[in-house]
Amino acid sequence: MNVQLSYKEGVLTARLFGEIDHHSAKEMREAIDDTAQKLKPYCLRLDFTGVPFMDSSGIGLILGRVRLCGFWRGHVVLCGLSPNLAKMVDLAGIAGVAAIERRAG
Amino acid sequence: MKALNQAQVCFSSNSVNEGFGRAAVAAFLSQLDPTVADLTDMKTAVSEAVTNAIVHGYKDRMGTVYITVKLFENGKAVVRVRDKGCGIPDIEKAMEPLFTTGGEERAGLGFAVMQSFCDSVRVTSAVGRGTSVTLTKHFGRKG
Repeated sequence: MNVQLSYKEGVLTARLFGEIDHHSAKEMREAIDDTAQKLKPYCLRLDFTGVPFMDSSGIGLILGRVRLCGFWRGHVVLCGLSPNLAKMVDLAGIAGVAAIERRAG
Repeated sequence: MKALNQAQVCFSSNSVNEGFGRAAVAAFLSQLDPTVADLTDMKTAVSEAVTNAIVHGYKDRMGTVYITVKLFENGKAVVRVRDKGCGIPDIEKAMEPLFTTGGEERAGLGFAVMQSFCDSVRVTSAVGRGTSVTLTKHFGRKG
């Protein structure tokens, strides 16, 4: 499975694995939304540590989850972005709608 | 200008092939000994163009996506992604950032990413006949 979900004290963490494109984003979205809609976490944490590549479908994936969590006033945090993923996230201006934890160093 | 080397690949407009398309281009470009950043940039741009062909060009049917990669002197690479799908009625509108006809899970950033990650992007299209996206990038060798 390309998404591993864990939940603790209102925080739903989705660890994503593999390349994110239009094809793989669909499965990831369904896996996350299924659980998020049930738990309505105040924080959805998207962990990209296991993602070596992402095109703008990843931006659609992030923006869609920001919108979803907005229904119950939850927020989205991104972490584990490699430099090439960070470049895409910066280009899209994601910092305006989701918190980004930069990698140390 | 004559290409020093070239490759062609074509595949069905099945979304599972998006990964194959960009990986095939990246594999061919590896002979330029590119930096990881440059190679990822082109891989990303190709992924956007291939996705457009699949999602928009062939939105109503399956078709074939054609990719041509040509290498020229001084590390210049030209990648052309072509479909014989529905075509784009208004290219200028289609290239505006955030404009999308793909629904709310699409960011509308495809062309903005291609323009940002390549040296130049050229789009030609004819309604009912298809679209061709030409991506050009110069690859400096690893230092």
